[in-house]
Amino acid sequence: MSDTYTEEDLAKNLEQEEYKYGFTSDFKSDKAPNGLNEDIIRFISSKKEEPLWLLEKRLQAYRAWKTMTEPEWAHVHYTKPDFQAISYYSAPQQTKKYESWDDVDPEMKETMKKLGISMDEQQRLTGTAVDFVVDSVSVATSFKKKLGELGIIFCSFSEAVENHPELVKKYMGSVVPESDNFYAALNSAVFTDGSFCYIPKGVRCPMELSTYFRINEGGTGQFERTLVIADKGSYVSYLEGCTAPMRDENQLHAAVVELIALDDAEIKYSTVQNWYPGNKEGLGGIYNFVTKRGLCERNAKISWTQVETGSAVTWKYPSCILKGDNSVGEFYSVAVTNHFQQADTGSKMTHLGKNTSSTIISKGISAGQSQNTYRGLVQIHPGADNARNRSECDSLLLSDRSGAHTFPYIECKNSSARIEHEATTSKIGEDQIFYCQQRGINQEKAIGLIVNGYCKEVLNNMPMEFAVEAQKLLEISLENSVG
Amino acid sequence: MLTIKNLHASVEEGAEILKGLNLEVKAGEVHAIMGPNGSGKSTLASVLAGKDGYEVTEGSVDFEGIDLLDLDAEDRAKEGLFLAFQYPVEIPGVSNVNFLRTAMNEIREYRKEDKLSAKEFLAKVKVASNLVELDDKLASRAVNVGFSGGEKKRNEIFQMAMLEPKLAILDETDSGLDIDALRIVSEGVNKLRSKNNAIILITHYQRLLEYIKPDFVHVLNDGKIIKTGNKDLALELEEKGYDWINEEIAK
Repeated sequence: MSDTYTEEDLAKNLEQEEYKYGFTSDFKSDKAPNGLNEDIIRFISSKKEEPLWLLEKRLQAYRAWKTMTEPEWAHVHYTKPDFQAISYYSAPQQTKKYESWDDVDPEMKETMKKLGISMDEQQRLTGTAVDFVVDSVSVATSFKKKLGELGIIFCSFSEAVENHPELVKKYMGSVVPESDNFYAALNSAVFTDGSFCYIPKGVRCPMELSTYFRINEGGTGQFERTLVIADKGSYVSYLEGCTAPMRDENQLHAAVVELIALDDAEIKYSTVQNWYPGNKEGLGGIYNFVTKRGLCERNAKISWTQVETGSAVTWKYPSCILKGDNSVGEFYSVAVTNHFQQADTGSKMTHLGKNTSSTIISKGISAGQSQNTYRGLVQIHPGADNARNRSECDSLLLSDRSGAHTFPYIECKNSSARIEHEATTSKIGEDQIFYCQQRGINQEKAIGLIVNGYCKEVLNNMPMEFAVEAQKLLEISLENSVG
Repeated sequence: MLTIKNLHASVEEGAEILKGLNLEVKAGEVHAIMGPNGSGKSTLASVLAGKDGYEVTEGSVDFEGIDLLDLDAEDRAKEGLFLAFQYPVEIPGVSNVNFLRTAMNEIREYRKEDKLSAKEFLAKVKVASNLVELDDKLASRAVNVGFSGGEKKRNEIFQMAMLEPKLAILDETDSGLDIDALRIVSEGVNKLRSKNNAIILITHYQRLLEYIKPDFVHVLNDGKIIKTGNKDLALELEEKGYDWINEEIAK
């Protein structure tokens, strides 16, 4: 053996270590048979070596789910999945999605190049990189150490169940109960993994928490579960998703995200979603049925920011329950649909406490033959004195064949509330495009510029780097989209 | 610089508006085009700039040796053609400087020139905004959003100063301006005049021509230039209107 310990040696060591911790060939072959019943749920729970209380929760969720029907009120049309034809468990694997870099879809390579993603990162995302990029492991390690010093817990959901059962037991399902809705119930019954985050009292998390840095990230699960708890007076900014195009053989995705902001805490949750939207003829693509909800205690604040460009069908309403007095909820959203994509998205703000306030800014952009719907509910309960809400829902049409729809619901049971709602629908101006062209900017760049300007209020709310990537993503999603 | 020969153009699937227009513009010259409403002044500006919705049925336009009608609107701009809009367009959320920086970089890339550094760009912004007494704050505000009528027109000339076109077409830049704004805009344009560039002023009023002295004044009527003279022609038009020219031609 040579004297110097090289990066190659380290990679080899890590590889062997990984092996040691159970990625054996035996484990790899573990896959549940298709279908869903109590035995399958018991199988999942035992595979994950879960405590009994969690199995009970799963079974409760399953029993609730069985009595429910898939919702049809959303303005989307798709063939309902056959829930008995899905396999609900397969062991985490270090699979390569592509055999080599040459096999990667050239269109995908081009997109990543345009997004300015580094070569290393491109290879990691397509799974063609060596299994362990030394760099990212060391970054993640030092990152974790720093968080540990502050008492911040940031780990996979399974690890949290194992190491912090008291927190999981207390908060899981406290914002999105098992029986909340069809997809949430399904998720609660069969979820396999996800992310967990806890910020202790008074701690301001010094960096953006991104799932990218989480060790043992095993790719996005079909039924992901995220739980973020900000204890009293703490602050965290959490980034979810990735601007790189994510392909996945699972067509149905039903995630649950729960946020809990205790007294005086603040959670900022930013999402960029770019799952495979299907091809230009509308074939394939992910169904994304997500339940996201946050609970605000006294003086707490939760802010959702999302840029959604992917998925064939999206059904998603990040919401806030403003339980504590003076709590604040915010929702900033850009949803872009192109070709045959369908999105039904918006927010729900439930005002329970006094002096609570909420803001909804939604920007829908429809191109091709897509359908883009805003659906929102602002609820002011009798005890919510002096509650305030401002909603602004704008739709921009880029083509004659696309659709924009707005369904804002308001329920007010307290006369001291102040609610403002504004909605606009406009078509991208040919005069705006010509004005840009006359200054030397080509049509595609002009559309990018105009759309980014249109979404500025939302993009401004994102962490800087994320916003820059999101901007590029908007431009790419709308290429060749005017018609 | 610009040679228009027998130009016929119509609104797409509609009436013919330009009916055999001829015009020759040389470097260093300022041409004023006047004419009654509906004579085709703005159509001429739109056709030259390459706006959609018009169809050229006959004739040619040579711009510095290039067939202008063969180019996309953005390439005409990159070749050095600038149109100051009669109704400048608002682009919410896009700052004036970001807009111009994008435009300048596109143009420079086309001409195979290096991108401007942020410092060079900002220095240019300062000079150009001083030229038309445009508030610094307007440069960082969204393009034309919330600008007054006068500010919008000044912003057009500010952009012209930034882009340094070879040929600028000013489409009724004087309309809606008060006397002070008219003076500021005109002085700005005068400072941008050089022996290397040319300007076409489209206007209804002689008033503008007191500030920007044209070398030629053309009268456009029913899609054709029916009379050409020097700046005295504009005074005559102001006094007598357009009808006497038709009568003169009829004789």
